[in-house]
Amino acid sequence: MAFKIIVCAKQVPDTNVIKINPKTGTLIRDGVPSILNHDDANALEEALKIKDQYPDTHITVITMGPPQANDLLFECLAKGADEGILISDRAVGGSDTWATSNTLEAAIKKIGHFDLMFAGRQAIDGDTAQVGPQLAEKLGIPQVTYVEEFNMDKNMKDITVKRQMEDGYELIKLQTPCMLTTIKELNKPRYMSMKGIFGQKEMKVWNAKDIEVDLTTVGLEASPTNVFRSFTPAPKGKGVTLEGDTNNDIAKKLLVNLKGKHVI
Amino acid sequence: TGGDEVVDLSAYKHIWVFAEQREGKLMNVALELIGEGYRLAKEISEDTKVCAVLVGDGVGHLADECYAYGADEVVLIEHPLLKQYTTDAYTKAITDAIEVYKPEIVLYGATHIGRDLAPRIAARCNTGLTADCTRLDVKVSSYIDYANKNTTLDTSTLDPNDTSTGIKQTRPAFGGNLMATIICPRTRPQMSTVRPGVMQKRDKVAGAKGVLTVFKPEIAKDDIHVQIVEIVKSAKEMVSLTDADIICSGGRGLGDASGFELIKKFADKVGGVVGSSRAAVDAGWIDHSHQVGQTGTTVKPKIYFACGISGAIQHLAGMQTSDIIVAINKDADAPMMEMADYAICGDLYKVIPEIIAEWDNAEALYDASTK
Ligand SMILES: Cc1cc2nc3c(=O)[nH]c(=O)nc-3n(C[C@H](O)[C@H](O)[C@H](O)COP(=O)(O)OP(=O)(O)OC[C@H]3O[C@@H](n4cnc5c(N)ncnc54)[C@H](O)[C@@H]3O)c2cc1C
Ligand SMILES: Cc1cc2nc3c(=O)[nH]c(=O)nc-3n(C[C@H](O)[C@H](O)[C@H](O)COP(=O)(O)OP(=O)(O)OC[C@H]3O[C@@H](n4cnc5c(N)ncnc54)[C@H](O)[C@@H]3O)c2cc1C
Repeated sequence: MAFKIIVCAKQVPDTNVIKINPKTGTLIRDGVPSILNHDDANALEEALKIKDQYPDTHITVITMGPPQANDLLFECLAKGADEGILISDRAVGGSDTWATSNTLEAAIKKIGHFDLMFAGRQAIDGDTAQVGPQLAEKLGIPQVTYVEEFNMDKNMKDITVKRQMEDGYELIKLQTPCMLTTIKELNKPRYMSMKGIFGQKEMKVWNAKDIEVDLTTVGLEASPTNVFRSFTPAPKGKGVTLEGDTNNDIAKKLLVNLKGKHVI
Repeated sequence: TGGDEVVDLSAYKHIWVFAEQREGKLMNVALELIGEGYRLAKEISEDTKVCAVLVGDGVGHLADECYAYGADEVVLIEHPLLKQYTTDAYTKAITDAIEVYKPEIVLYGATHIGRDLAPRIAARCNTGLTADCTRLDVKVSSYIDYANKNTTLDTSTLDPNDTSTGIKQTRPAFGGNLMATIICPRTRPQMSTVRPGVMQKRDKVAGAKGVLTVFKPEIAKDDIHVQIVEIVKSAKEMVSLTDADIICSGGRGLGDASGFELIKKFADKVGGVVGSSRAAVDAGWIDHSHQVGQTGTTVKPKIYFACGISGAIQHLAGMQTSDIIVAINKDADAPMMEMADYAICGDLYKVIPEIIAEWDNAEALYDASTK
């Protein structure tokens, strides 16, 4: 049987260019490009590397989002994934991570058997790094987060990974099926290929009914966390520019100032 | 796990702190969280306690340190299978204890372990989890004070006399462009991971005592599905960015790896620690453990020297609450120069040696300037 991999991917606004309306504390979406979340590009790349080695591997990319998240699936298919599934339904809108993982769990149960699941460590918009572990918990499979190196035995069962720690790494062994979250140190994502762009690939859109998810466990209403308020950090007052005839003068001015503030 | 079960909120009491230890040593963030838990407990009620949850094998001796930093109680969970951290065993042990003792709030450090563990526990408890918090409030009045001082939030819609005791958890999102305050109104415990380095430890009270509760976990080998083969520390010491009073950070403006020799010299002179931007890490000039920012460490030193760092939002997200920011940059318009308390427009290779040369004269220079 073909080795089956599921990659969870999220479409996110490019946080390098986003602007927030300081009055309303909401995102100004106009003209902000949507991109494949960085860590998810590494997740897909690792799956593709397995497929490079074992060509009958089957990769399904799954995303929950608005209809335009289709663009993300197109990109992933053009890089070499076999199948893309978008879960899109108003009923799942406004989900927190608990509710998001319930939706993804239901979709993955509908897909059926899989051997390996990759998610990104963290999405650059919500920034929680919670969806991967919560999904693994709900599917009842082991997890390793912060994966920076991946190796799988030829038996397609035994996996060895390096998990990044603050001050080094852990070498961990586990077996499929399992869920791994990926970081940028893991690999360098490839570009889309012409063959991929023009090839025939499968793209599906599922709604809440299709995945038979319990509607009391998804969406804004069901989410245990709620956004109470949102706002922008207060702008810091403009500081002083230190000037002088020589760099030595400037250095002296700085030290006088720091001393005056009692920080040195 | 239907979402429409109603949870009896009043059955949950006290604040738990996951007292993360590695190799028998408490992580700093554990002590910071005990300090923060202590503060929050007082905001909830006089009889709310802060309780450190110590998990491991042979870690009981750490209880005294928890008490000394403000814990009223310690829940000790020991088992040979908890010697090394595994998601499976720690999730089971802590979730089982939560079900028995029903804490109202559980705080974890947002470390590589905390961020692996907390979402798994929250999912098993079917409760909410707020990620990477940088501010916690119980009282609406203290939330209003914080917001007025530090944010653009219009607080006129908040009632300072509101007596609800749900926790308001504030965190950066969208790479630091937006702050959100998250609540968890219907389920318990309320859980958060908290960024290391942002909360205040309490002063140590040597000899302080508290109440010890021993919880016997039921864990079997079969519960654990991973095998830790090896734990490898990088040759360098763990960079203690979060504890540093002074940080000297270098960025792409250093031009090449050897630039960090100057930054190191600078840090040694001022008694500081070396930090970096991600661009410098990506270039291979310095190890990731030095990186400050959204995907690195959050820091709050007394002085942050940003040398050849432009001030991208993801970098600012990790250092903008530093007491004093000094920027040294060729480009007067770089965002870091706008953010800085003291901006020096110039070549870092010319400016830093002068600061090093004059450092020991600071006192005399200051005295001369005030005469
Ligand atoms: C300002 C703000 C703050 C928030 N704070 C919290 C909070 O503290 N706690 C909370 O529970 N929710 C929070 N949310 C809601 C949260 O952003 C959403 O639940 C979101 O759907 C998933 O979380 P994330 O973006 O943090 O993803 P992460 O958990 O960071 O994502 C990790 C990985 O999970 C996978 N993944 C995530 N989302 C999807 C998806 N839609 N489709 C497919 N794969 C996916 C990807 O592989 C991704 O790399 C917040 C939302 C906002 C707008
Ligand atoms: C998802 C995501 C997460 C990220 N997380 C982080 C993070 O955690 N931390 C982080 O730092 N970045 C992070 N980044 C990267 C960030 O966007 C910037 O690319 C990075 O911070 C730039 O580093 P820099 O300032 O060193 O380099 P540059 O932006 O290239 O700036 C170099 C500066 O040096 C100045 N300079 C050049 N020569 C000299 C000289 N001789 N003397 C003085 N000044 C000189 C230049 O004027 C310029 O301002 C992240 C990006 C993304 C997308």
